[in-house]
Amino acid sequence: MTKRLDVIGRPRRRVDGRAKVTGLTRFADDVILPRMLHCKLLRSPHPHATIESIDVSRAQAYPGVHLVLTGKDFPVTFGILPVTQDEYPLAPERVRYVGDPVAAVIARDEQTAFEALDLIDVKYQPLKTISDPEEALATPEPRIQSYGEQGNIHRLQAFEFGDVNEAFARADHVFEDVFFYQGNTHLPIEQHASVAAVDGEGKLTLWSSTQVPHYIHRALASALQIPPAHVRVIACPNGGGFGGKCDLHNHEIVVSKAAILLGRPVKICLTREEVFYMHRGRHPVLMKMRTGVTKDGKITAMHTQTLLDGGAYGGYGAASTFYTGVLQTVTYEIPRYKFDACRTFTNKPPCGPKRGHGTPQPRFGQEVQLDKIAEKLKIDPADFRLGIVAKPNTLTANWLKIGTIGLAECIRKVVASSDWKNKYRKLPEGRGVGLACGAYLCGAGLPIYWNKMPQSGVQLLIDRSGQVTVFCGATEIGQGSDDVLAAIVAEVLGIDAYDVRCVTGDTGLTPVDLGSYSSRVTVMMGNAAIQAAERLRDLIAQAAAEHMETLPENVGFARGRVFRADDPCKLMSFREAIVLAEEKFGTLGSVGSYSPPRSPGRYKGAGVGPSPAYSYTACVVEAEVDRNTGWITVPKVWIAHDIGRAINPVSARGQVEGSVYMGLGEALMEEQVFRRLPPKLSNALVHKIPSLLEYKSLTSLDMPEVFTELVEDPDPNCPFGAKEVGQGPLLPVMPAVANAVYDAIGVRIDELPITPDKVLAALEKKAKGETPRVGPESFPEVPFPEPMLVPPPWEGGDGNSVNTPRRTPGKKEAVA
Amino acid sequence: MKTPAPNNVHLALRVNGEEQQVSFAPYKTLLEVLREDLNLTGTKHGCELGECGACAVLVEGVPVLSCLALALDCEGRAIETVEALASGGKLHPLQAAFADLGGAQCGYCTPGILMTAKALLEREPNPSRERIKEAISGNLCRCTGYQQIYESIEEAARTMQESKR
Repeated sequence: MTKRLDVIGRPRRRVDGRAKVTGLTRFADDVILPRMLHCKLLRSPHPHATIESIDVSRAQAYPGVHLVLTGKDFPVTFGILPVTQDEYPLAPERVRYVGDPVAAVIARDEQTAFEALDLIDVKYQPLKTISDPEEALATPEPRIQSYGEQGNIHRLQAFEFGDVNEAFARADHVFEDVFFYQGNTHLPIEQHASVAAVDGEGKLTLWSSTQVPHYIHRALASALQIPPAHVRVIACPNGGGFGGKCDLHNHEIVVSKAAILLGRPVKICLTREEVFYMHRGRHPVLMKMRTGVTKDGKITAMHTQTLLDGGAYGGYGAASTFYTGVLQTVTYEIPRYKFDACRTFTNKPPCGPKRGHGTPQPRFGQEVQLDKIAEKLKIDPADFRLGIVAKPNTLTANWLKIGTIGLAECIRKVVASSDWKNKYRKLPEGRGVGLACGAYLCGAGLPIYWNKMPQSGVQLLIDRSGQVTVFCGATEIGQGSDDVLAAIVAEVLGIDAYDVRCVTGDTGLTPVDLGSYSSRVTVMMGNAAIQAAERLRDLIAQAAAEHMETLPENVGFARGRVFRADDPCKLMSFREAIVLAEEKFGTLGSVGSYSPPRSPGRYKGAGVGPSPAYSYTACVVEAEVDRNTGWITVPKVWIAHDIGRAINPVSARGQVEGSVYMGLGEALMEEQVFRRLPPKLSNALVHKIPSLLEYKSLTSLDMPEVFTELVEDPDPNCPFGAKEVGQGPLLPVMPAVANAVYDAIGVRIDELPITPDKVLAALEKKAKGETPRVGPESFPEVPFPEPMLVPPPWEGGDGNSVNTPRRTPGKKEAVA
Repeated sequence: MKTPAPNNVHLALRVNGEEQQVSFAPYKTLLEVLREDLNLTGTKHGCELGECGACAVLVEGVPVLSCLALALDCEGRAIETVEALASGGKLHPLQAAFADLGGAQCGYCTPGILMTAKALLEREPNPSRERIKEAISGNLCRCTGYQQIYESIEEAARTMQESKR
């Protein structure tokens, strides 16, 4: 398409911008319905206990209380992944983390519901608590879940793409490092809220802070055992998501059930403390990285081992486990690759997807290790990476298809803009620069439940008034998905983006889109929108062509006009053209849909990692380290992101800078950590800092200046060439900080966050002449299974495995 | 058993230039009364503990965390919320700049930041970047990384200065 673009690529006010600055955007807690009641959940104070009895009689009798629910009201388990149906809306017999919900009160107002929670008597019998993965490995009993690989191991994965030991033997150097990435949480400023109501026809509607209304629709119908056709889920615009609103949450099921039982709307809004306990955030991951390199700086093989602290339930954990390994191969040429992963259950809030889902942890390890390798080989870290950047239109060792790759350009840009060559190893003591790269999916290749239907659908309605309404299940979580949708439709139809009305995220009105996760929206929704808009444009072109006495191919659309391309003086308004089309074809509408291309990998497990395209990012961070306090200040960050094409450069830049912000938080201060209460106070494992004041995140005073560049090399699989920008730019930030700290003071902090106490400990070691490093010392014995052997494409493979590894005996999936 | 809920108080609140008669339980915060009793849901909440700044409104022109203020204490004082920023159909320069320049992403922290910024620009029509950072340091934003917020406030300051000339 050589047409000039009128909407795409131009900096614009986003279509929902006005609503957001006037307070008119209706978030879930802003939904207020007549006769609405309020719900509160009673949560377990124990990290692991059996429930001996629950007496709700006093709560039920409390004035203003309408209903009290407990586990026995919810016989069916649920879980967002079909293979992991291990959660209860309210725990019937056992609680598995502090915060696990056990009962619900529905009352006339929030205050009454709160007060009645105190009147519920629950008798618990505490069980042994498992607090971390090493304890989980060493403690098979009691099992937190009755399914999984064995004991308290939820998942084990092992893949080998070519013989890595043989390749390590050929390498000039083999580097082995152990890293730890602490867990952290999404911290959206909007606390999760939901309102459920039964309509006049007796059908259920749920308004909710969710990123995935379609998945919630399916899972909710299953959990409540009601026909999906009688359920409607409306995803309100989210006040930030970052992955924390991707699960079906207990409270969504509870208020739905209560609304059905009471015939009245029921609302819940979680407190900030509850949001911390619900979590589903970044998995703490211990990693061992082995990398073989030649003395001229080529990688011969890489072996990544990961150990995940999953928390008490499965959630998206099966997918998270894969993601700690599968995307390691898409940035650099890695001829052979081995990957083992283990997810354990612990008595903590379940972990899940947070921005970058499973990939920031191993990316941190890989990029810090590459910095160490470059130093050993005496090659500049930027040049080292430029020498190994993956080639476009190639397959990786694990059979992922790379299309366009703008990584080299990103590296060159940040090297130039940061003045890298004059800073690296040249700044005064206490100041340093670090460089790192990253890559991310533009949408997961497969949905979370197996099906052959489209992953995104778009429907267009247009009529003689000139109005264009676009319907799509995609969900606005702040990232600007409505704006992308309107811009694409407007571009194809030659109209203004503000003349397109978006109806999104409503499973009762909009075609299915799988939701706002895996950075899939721009690519999948965008391609479906192009198809729908082109179909409609073709109808209008036919009608207009007749009127202008030309062929449909010769009809142009731009700036609200429909015209003869060979004689632009012959024109009509878009609205006049619609009237002609409506006369000719009757009522107008169109649909479009999108399914990603099939991935070449054929082995079992090849479904996680493929994507229609990958985005790339490079980043340079400058750091100043105070040797007396260990305090790290970041004055500036330079970042370049390969976006293919920016639909709206204002929003794209905002996503990059927001990623830098969140990445700096993870690098320097954010951590979701737990502590044991003293034995006399129950010995429970509680969240150390469940408040916005104590869970430190960057304020405006901490945030450095960010210099953002977008690399635009349109990708043919993407709408107008546009790749993702919501998650990828986060990935290089954390390792770039660690590398900058090393450049500044010569100490390696091989674990995140890099807090002042760790810096001081490392400096002390350095002063004593010990290895100036703080980080995990070893990786424990994990019973990884025999790997699935899959020859890489260049070793004669066809994408299948050449063996059939034995599965762990006794492995069981949690399927209800 | 708990003590029975205290009786509602009934008083007049001056919100966005209108006097509103409102009856509410005396323990309610200004945030709760604005959102629940006056249906002014433009003001948001992120913690109810004074930590995030999402609920900032102006009381007598000064930014106040409405989750920490008792509505009772606001009797007779001028309260301004995001709903009053635009006049007629016309956006306030701050609103226009935030919408145009990416100052609002999810939009949840936006009302609190707009009100804080309004108070700043009324005090200091031409603030430096450092002063802007200080002024909004009590408003957490998880989306933007703040840069486009600073630029929006600077742009609004310019627009407001020009319109005065």
